[in-house]
Amino acid sequence: MSDEAVPAIKPSQPEDQPMIPQPLVELHGWGRASGTMAHLAQIDSVADAVSALRKSDSRRGVVPRGLGRSYGDAAQNAGGTALDLTKMNRILSVDAAGEPPTVTVQAGVSLDQLMRALLPFGLWVPVLPGTRQVTVGGAIAADVHGKNHHTEGSFGNHVRSMDLLKANGKVRTLSPYGDTERLFWATIGGMGLTGALLRATVALQRTETAYFSVDTNRATDIDDLMQQMSERDDDYTYSVAWFDAVTKGRHMGRGVLTRGNKALLAELPTKLKRDPLKFVAPSLGTLPEIFPNRMINKATAKAFSTAWYFKAPKHRTGELQNITQFFHPLDLLAEWNRIYGPNGFLQYQFVVPFTESETFRRCLEMIVNSGHLSCLNVLKRFGQGNPSPLSFPMPGWTLTVDLPIEQGLDKLCDALDTEVVGAGGRVYLAKDSRLSAVTFRKMYPRLEEFLTIRREVDPGGIFNSDLARRLELSKPMVGGAA
Amino acid sequence: MINAVGEPQSLLLLGGTSDIALAIAHKYARTGLRVVLAARPSERRTAAATELKNRGCEIIEVDLDARDHESHAGTIELAFAGGDIDIAVITFGLLGNTELAWQDPDLALELAEVNYAAPVHLGVLLAQRMRAQAHGWIVALSSVAGERVRRSNFVYGSTKAGFDGFFLGLGEALRKDGVHVLVVRPGFVKSKMTSGLEAAPLAVTPDEVAEAVVEGIKAKRELVWVPGTLRVVMSGLRHVPRPLFRKLPI
Repeated sequence: MSDEAVPAIKPSQPEDQPMIPQPLVELHGWGRASGTMAHLAQIDSVADAVSALRKSDSRRGVVPRGLGRSYGDAAQNAGGTALDLTKMNRILSVDAAGEPPTVTVQAGVSLDQLMRALLPFGLWVPVLPGTRQVTVGGAIAADVHGKNHHTEGSFGNHVRSMDLLKANGKVRTLSPYGDTERLFWATIGGMGLTGALLRATVALQRTETAYFSVDTNRATDIDDLMQQMSERDDDYTYSVAWFDAVTKGRHMGRGVLTRGNKALLAELPTKLKRDPLKFVAPSLGTLPEIFPNRMINKATAKAFSTAWYFKAPKHRTGELQNITQFFHPLDLLAEWNRIYGPNGFLQYQFVVPFTESETFRRCLEMIVNSGHLSCLNVLKRFGQGNPSPLSFPMPGWTLTVDLPIEQGLDKLCDALDTEVVGAGGRVYLAKDSRLSAVTFRKMYPRLEEFLTIRREVDPGGIFNSDLARRLELSKPMVGGAA
Repeated sequence: MINAVGEPQSLLLLGGTSDIALAIAHKYARTGLRVVLAARPSERRTAAATELKNRGCEIIEVDLDARDHESHAGTIELAFAGGDIDIAVITFGLLGNTELAWQDPDLALELAEVNYAAPVHLGVLLAQRMRAQAHGWIVALSSVAGERVRRSNFVYGSTKAGFDGFFLGLGEALRKDGVHVLVVRPGFVKSKMTSGLEAAPLAVTPDEVAEAVVEGIKAKRELVWVPGTLRVVMSGLRHVPRPLFRKLPI
């Protein structure tokens, strides 16, 4: 929704005046598949946030919203209020000398903004998801992960403290230790349902350059790919594979493995040494809203997958890549989700334990043979999870596919769910837009722990979202006006 | 919430024992689906509840008496007590004895109340609820009989004409509120309502009507004909001059 000028409510303006009925605006996730209408409250200050909370309709509640990059309905709240926190975007302080160095930011600061500000100091954001266009608040609420999960864990592992606006209108500072420990970890990966994050202090890493030394290897099928990944992943800080989800038969699951480490200054050629911390993030423009459904069809998907596979070198070591090449090629095009047309798409990402590699292989087979077409496919090995009850990563194989919404997709996803549940795995809430409450409960065994904390901190269920209603995380609510 | 692949979480069937309502429930049935069956208490309702429970649905039975307008608010209140309703379907209706209906004032009034007054009253109550939740669908089962009212069943046809107009208008009124209305115009449906009657050309089954409803919601349609060809047929029939129209065997 970042592209559209939506009328926003300024909650703190008419403080002592009666509420003027505000129009509803349509909010959707990055998948653009199931938008709903809500009141959008623009939050510029803590006072705004408290005021919006107080004025919200308790039956529909409020949800914090950042840049709208979660794929499903996590930042939607039909009939209620969405707190637009993207204007709370000040970087408050940087402690570059600390060990580790830290930064304190308002929750609406995007990772893009943060990286631009920190790189000149030789500081690096420790966890980067597939786009920089997410807010710090969103990164914490979804406990995002990146290519370095196997070495660095997810975003929540690096949060030192955070300020949470609770349902009672009070702001509480949470830390991973001591008496706020439970609420801290429930808020990590808590999808905005414990309160609204207003600021956070995040531990950083130091870096000499903004470049990466990357090794690329092609794998001829899924077994080759998984074996190569298993063998030497730990030699690299960053590791990820793209795989072909269209080609069937002998070369099913062929892919390209890219792994790398931060480049040291000494590794850069003279030309790059002049500005080793340069933030290379060009923009090729914004994708227009002109694409019909079925742009991703048999012909285009096959052509893309084949080209992408053969474009990669069979084996290459030590190639220097910049931030955009290595981390965020999709950030080159703003609003790239429009390629999927008006029906939108969904992203299915699951993880299963390492012991379930057979299930993993079977899931891939089901996707490839389903006739549903995905081009942007990611395969990765996760490291240890963290103490958060709803955090997604756990040691195992994770796979991600982007699937246009088409006839029969519900059946494929249901079948995948069954496999994933059977293997003791789960799907990622930040990507999910379709899981049922029943299946969700089988995937997240620590849900009750989360709900207990949520009931303590928000007994009235003020923090609410379409995702919470879909997964039945809210107390049963009476749906409307009498 | 209706999820990204079009699966609802809750369903309200007003006229929950009609063949079409149950066919729709079967299309959406899956583990965890909450179905509110609003109908007169009957063995048929109990049987429907049992059947849907066996498919993993959570069933709430609510009493609905179309002619008792005073009771409607309570019925809707109960229907929403378990949370939001994603899709509410209005399928109840009476065909009546077509020749008696225009000669017996009580029967005519009954048709008008059940087929028009009650749906309008319940439609307004539903709209209030749906506006507050700012999402959801109201599916209104109209009929081609209301598109051009014919001599052969004009009391029924006139009620459906009013019904159709009301729900098309309600859909317009709710556009800004995130609530959708789908008006469904089936032709002759082979169901318990028409049992004993000779099937008309282009007759459909309740299952085909249900399929059209599911597809219509997926495609965010406002009006569907079942079968689709009826739209062409009716757009022709609608303009046939009256002297000729009354001679047609329909």
